Amino acid sequence: MPDPVTAILLTPLFAAAVLAVLPGYRLGAALNMLACFASLVFAVVLLFDRPPVGVYLLVDDLNIVFVLLNCFIGFTTSAFSASYIGHELQTGRLKPIHLRFYHAMFQIMLFGMNLALLANNIGLMWVAVELATLTTVMMVGLYRTAEALEAAWKYFILGSVGIALALFGTILVYLAARPVIGDGLDAMIWTNLQQYAPEFDPSLLNIAFVFLLLGYGTKVGLAPLHAWLPDAHAEGPTPISAVLSGLLLNVALYALLRFKVLLAANPHAIAPGPLMIGMGLLSLIFAAFMLYRRRDIKRLFAYSSIEHMGIIVFAFGMAGPLGNFAGLLQMTMHSLTKSAIFFSVGHIAQVKGSQRIDDMGGLTESHPLLGWGLVAGVAAIVGLPPFGVFTSEFLVVSSTFAREPILAVILVAGLLLAFGALLSRLNDVAFGPVKGPIGRVHASYIPMFAHLSLVLMAGIWLPPPLVAWFQHIAAILG
Amino acid sequence: MGMVAPHGLSFDVAHMLAGGLVLVSFMMLYQDRLTALLHVLALHAFVLALSVAWQAHIQDAPHLYIAAGIALAFKAILVPYALRRMVFQMGLHREIETVGGVGITMLAGIALVALSLEVMLPVTAHTDPVAREDIALALSVVLIGLLMMVTRRNAISQVVGFMSLENGINLAATGARGMPLVVEISVAFSVLIAFIVIGVFLFRIRERFDTIDVGALDRSRGGQR
Repeated sequence: MPDPVTAILLTPLFAAAVLAVLPGYRLGAALNMLACFASLVFAVVLLFDRPPVGVYLLVDDLNIVFVLLNCFIGFTTSAFSASYIGHELQTGRLKPIHLRFYHAMFQIMLFGMNLALLANNIGLMWVAVELATLTTVMMVGLYRTAEALEAAWKYFILGSVGIALALFGTILVYLAARPVIGDGLDAMIWTNLQQYAPEFDPSLLNIAFVFLLLGYGTKVGLAPLHAWLPDAHAEGPTPISAVLSGLLLNVALYALLRFKVLLAANPHAIAPGPLMIGMGLLSLIFAAFMLYRRRDIKRLFAYSSIEHMGIIVFAFGMAGPLGNFAGLLQMTMHSLTKSAIFFSVGHIAQVKGSQRIDDMGGLTESHPLLGWGLVAGVAAIVGLPPFGVFTSEFLVVSSTFAREPILAVILVAGLLLAFGALLSRLNDVAFGPVKGPIGRVHASYIPMFAHLSLVLMAGIWLPPPLVAWFQHIAAILG
Repeated sequence: MGMVAPHGLSFDVAHMLAGGLVLVSFMMLYQDRLTALLHVLALHAFVLALSVAWQAHIQDAPHLYIAAGIALAFKAILVPYALRRMVFQMGLHREIETVGGVGITMLAGIALVALSLEVMLPVTAHTDPVAREDIALALSVVLIGLLMMVTRRNAISQVVGFMSLENGINLAATGARGMPLVVEISVAFSVLIAFIVIGVFLFRIRERFDTIDVGALDRSRGGQR
């Protein structure tokens, strides 16, 4: 049996090569699902059989959570995508040749994300994030409408600037590490950096973190660097919106967290917390206001992603065992819930032939499963009990109240604003008179309800091993 | 591998080349014709190639010659040539891009250079002196590249701005002594991918013109003659 890390990385690469030449979309979609499932299995194996730390690859308690989440949502999205994409083919929005390209890109994107998460080398991690970005850029432009091309272009330009700034930060980290660790590869390896971080030149490390925060922060979608995110979510195929929100933002966040650990380990460097808290709150408040004026349903939920990334970055900025724990939980819950919402929204937009909120109404009546799925998803994402997002947001708010009451007031104001905006929109879409076409939909409901039931379960009962595990990671994050 | 003497020839040449790169970045800011802008881009990459080769020489790091070769062949010759062909094919070579307020843009560029020196020189006081000022100048190039992307509207000018930004990062990477090859190759590689992406984009945009507006196609063909 091959080493699970290698298997996680090679499976999508191999699948991409096959998918690029395989004719027939049904076969392609099935193989896409199969490859994602295989990756998920290997990710689970990783839990029990952890390979030793290498020069390029690393598995530790922190990244294993991200890898598992990545592979799980990758798999469920591939299942959703199989039913979604068939419909796009029927309506003629996509041609079979586009689908081959789409499936191959989907696998390469998953490869890029997993490589970024598993990298033990800051240069390699950077390359992998860049790869994942470029593949998503191509997928956002898949429909080739003027809007899709513009969105992809905007994403490409802003994403490249972000990634360039991140590379500059990476070089500065190397410069800080070089006098301590020595020239060459050794000074770019995580495990070394973490070990020697206390001896690094603090002022270089500070500047480096500013660049990394701006660079990877662009990809996390933090205001004021978020401009690409709503367009990219709205104009690309919906499975891509789901993985963008559910996974790619997390990958960039993971990179940021790694560097935060370095800074926290150095006693003379600035505390990374206040910067992250500031950007997090700004994103939250900004996105909460922006939610009110949305007319496009995918754009609406894209702003909700900015809002949640704001909360998560805020929680990690507050740090401490409780802050980090809440941030991790919030991140997991957001990924699961938001991708479930996009699964439902994708099918709804297909039935209605439009993404405009004005064209939708009475969904719970016309399409009960999709409609109630959306209601449950939105109820979860705004933080209503008994869903898991409630637990994590409650933790964020209560731990903040104990330490910084003023920040907590701002936080709660942002949460309530977003709550009002999303629920009023939900009311228009899900209830009231039925609007628009009411055609039947060949949807696969399993991915959506699987995610929602996990979120529900987490809200009611968090398994003790999971709690212990997250607490352990929270301690590592400092 | 000894520390480079702070005021030797090697030091001066390294700074002259890095400073030259900043100067060429300024030249980009006021070019209002795409073809002229592409010529300046080629010059930019050429200066970068010289600078990287010089670093290879003084650091005694042969692998940097490869990076210099990539910069020369790919960024100074191939990409500008390909972009130039695209400009002609799309009939953009006669157009004059409105570059709003050259004076203000230049002043902003000067302010950015001052900012990067002000930020980088104090914090790199303990690193080796060649790297120190190279990094500061590299940051200037990066920031001017950003400025260019912000002030231009045309897609090709934005790509040029992005490539000058990447050149700045390349300068920083080679200035950092002993930085593993992984990064140099990755930078070159990312530019390659970036170019492919751009090619796909431009191709698609052209394709859209083909199908939607035949008049546009005729006009661009007329321009090519």
